[in-house]
Amino acid sequence: MTVRTWIALLGALVLAAWAARALRHRAARSAAGRRFFRHPTAAWGIRVLAFFIVVAIAAPLVAPFGWVDQPDIVRLQNQPPSWTFLLGTDVYSRDLWSRIVFGTRISLIVGALGMLVAITLGTVVGAVAGYYRRWVDTVLMRGVDVGLALPRIFVLLMAVALWDGLPLGLIVLLIGATSWFGTSRLVRAEVLSVRERDFVSAARALGAGPARVIFRHVLPNAAAPIIVSAALGIGNVLLLEAALSFLGIGVPPPVPSWGNMIADGAPYLATAPWTTLFPGLAIALVVMALNAVGDALRDAFDPREEAT
Amino acid sequence: MTAWLVRRLVASIAIVFAVVTLTFFLMALAPGEPLLGPDERQVDPEVRAELRRQFGLGEHPVVRYFKYLRQLARGNLGESFSLHRPVADALADAIPQTLLLAGTALLLDFLLGLALGVYQALRVHRMPDIVLGNATLFLYSVPTFWLALILLLVFGEWLRWFPVGGVGDPVLCPSVSSLYCAADRLWHLALPALTLGLVGAAGTARFQRAAMLEVAGHDYIRTARAKGASERRVVLRHQLRNALLSFITLFGLAFPFLLTGAVLIETIFAWPGMGRLATNAILHRDFPLVNAAALLASTLVVTGNLIADLLLATADPRLRVRDTA
Repeated sequence: MTVRTWIALLGALVLAAWAARALRHRAARSAAGRRFFRHPTAAWGIRVLAFFIVVAIAAPLVAPFGWVDQPDIVRLQNQPPSWTFLLGTDVYSRDLWSRIVFGTRISLIVGALGMLVAITLGTVVGAVAGYYRRWVDTVLMRGVDVGLALPRIFVLLMAVALWDGLPLGLIVLLIGATSWFGTSRLVRAEVLSVRERDFVSAARALGAGPARVIFRHVLPNAAAPIIVSAALGIGNVLLLEAALSFLGIGVPPPVPSWGNMIADGAPYLATAPWTTLFPGLAIALVVMALNAVGDALRDAFDPREEAT
Repeated sequence: MTAWLVRRLVASIAIVFAVVTLTFFLMALAPGEPLLGPDERQVDPEVRAELRRQFGLGEHPVVRYFKYLRQLARGNLGESFSLHRPVADALADAIPQTLLLAGTALLLDFLLGLALGVYQALRVHRMPDIVLGNATLFLYSVPTFWLALILLLVFGEWLRWFPVGGVGDPVLCPSVSSLYCAADRLWHLALPALTLGLVGAAGTARFQRAAMLEVAGHDYIRTARAKGASERRVVLRHQLRNALLSFITLFGLAFPFLLTGAVLIETIFAWPGMGRLATNAILHRDFPLVNAAALLASTLVVTGNLIADLLLATADPRLRVRDTA
């Protein structure tokens, strides 16, 4: 670590804390926002997420080394944490902290894009099934049943292992395409109840087409469960990516993702435990923050107060 | 009820059939060479042609699909490419191992999870609830395979309390023949079962806490209190009993996990169960074995759902008359 990276790290912390504060001030204006921050862990979740987002953007400043830099592969492999190598080095003498910092970019992007694909698919399928009902509903929901009956990890293994060397974008797409079944059921249930409301009939009576009714009138009123499952979905995708990378079929090395860093470290578990420990902690922190935010969002959208 | 059951059964069979079909064609249409492991792609073309002929891979996938279905109808799962033995035998070896591991883990998951969830709900927003809430949030958010590695490091490598892998000592205890060997099995079972059980229990506890609090807001709890029922009775008879209804759904969802959920854990702990068998089968393009695993997994999922629905209908009088399809 150099003085410059320490200053950058401090800056990232301050910036994250400031962003979380600003968000809290804005949120205090609405009842839902206040309910959100009343959740005991919501503020911490936001701070952690803000920190990792800042780190991902400012990665070259916060990381003292590049993500493939091998300072001395003979003498500096598997070094324990020190002032030079904040979290130690891996077997190729690469600085673990720098790789975690750059890995933040990969992991967050994979998580966000995978979730986006899953939520989009889930919302569209759920909305169409719930809005049209009858045979459209039957066909789509039986498809969802089939999707849920196959363990996701097997489907991904089959797809990724059989088609050797898929580009990262396609892997993300596949993760998303196998993660939307639950969401579509949620959205369908919500749409089924919203579509009976008077303002929907009014919109239809005024001559709005199905697409307009669904996207302008039904979905905005069914947004709460979609947003909550999006927050929880990113965490799920992150964990899935980590598992795939651990099996050696996720993000291809040497590009660092937190999952393939754990896979790299695992063979040296006994001699260099830090190479396994820290990337896993990074995943745990981010997923914890996402789950905390998801829980708080659920409370915020639910105007009924908690019982006690 | 009978009509509902029949309809559900037909739908379940259709789902399993669809999954098997999907798996078959996904495997058949994939590029690359079956019959060969990831490291043995450099094989004499003549040997390869002979192998393909032996296993009937020369034919069109659709023809193979119907042949496969005919064999399946006779109860024949085929011969594994990579293990060179009948698929049924390989499954017969792996299934008990996974049942043992996942069964123990599920037991730990449900017992610990239920207890923690109920306890937290009783102490809601107080110290024990906050501490346990953060602990379960952490365990719920951690990658399972990472937790396995950390437990392995601490309890297997540093403290040396538990072995680092395998189902038992291969030299002293090739089979369960004595009390010592039974203990040896349990000793090997501890770490993988603990890993899976802890992660599962964290999720169950969070779910159960929410279910308990949800129920606590209902009028009948207030009525129970108003009529003078003791706090103990209110919690156990009124609150817990109703909160358990949603737990049944959770149980149905956990059912398929008995045979498939432990893919990575089985790999890390060298546990010769279904998860590892299926993963290796996929990596080796072992079509018959993968198809059998998909058949098994999807059957479990639909059975789990069916059992959960039946249990729910038995347990909840409100669902008995209404037709839920």
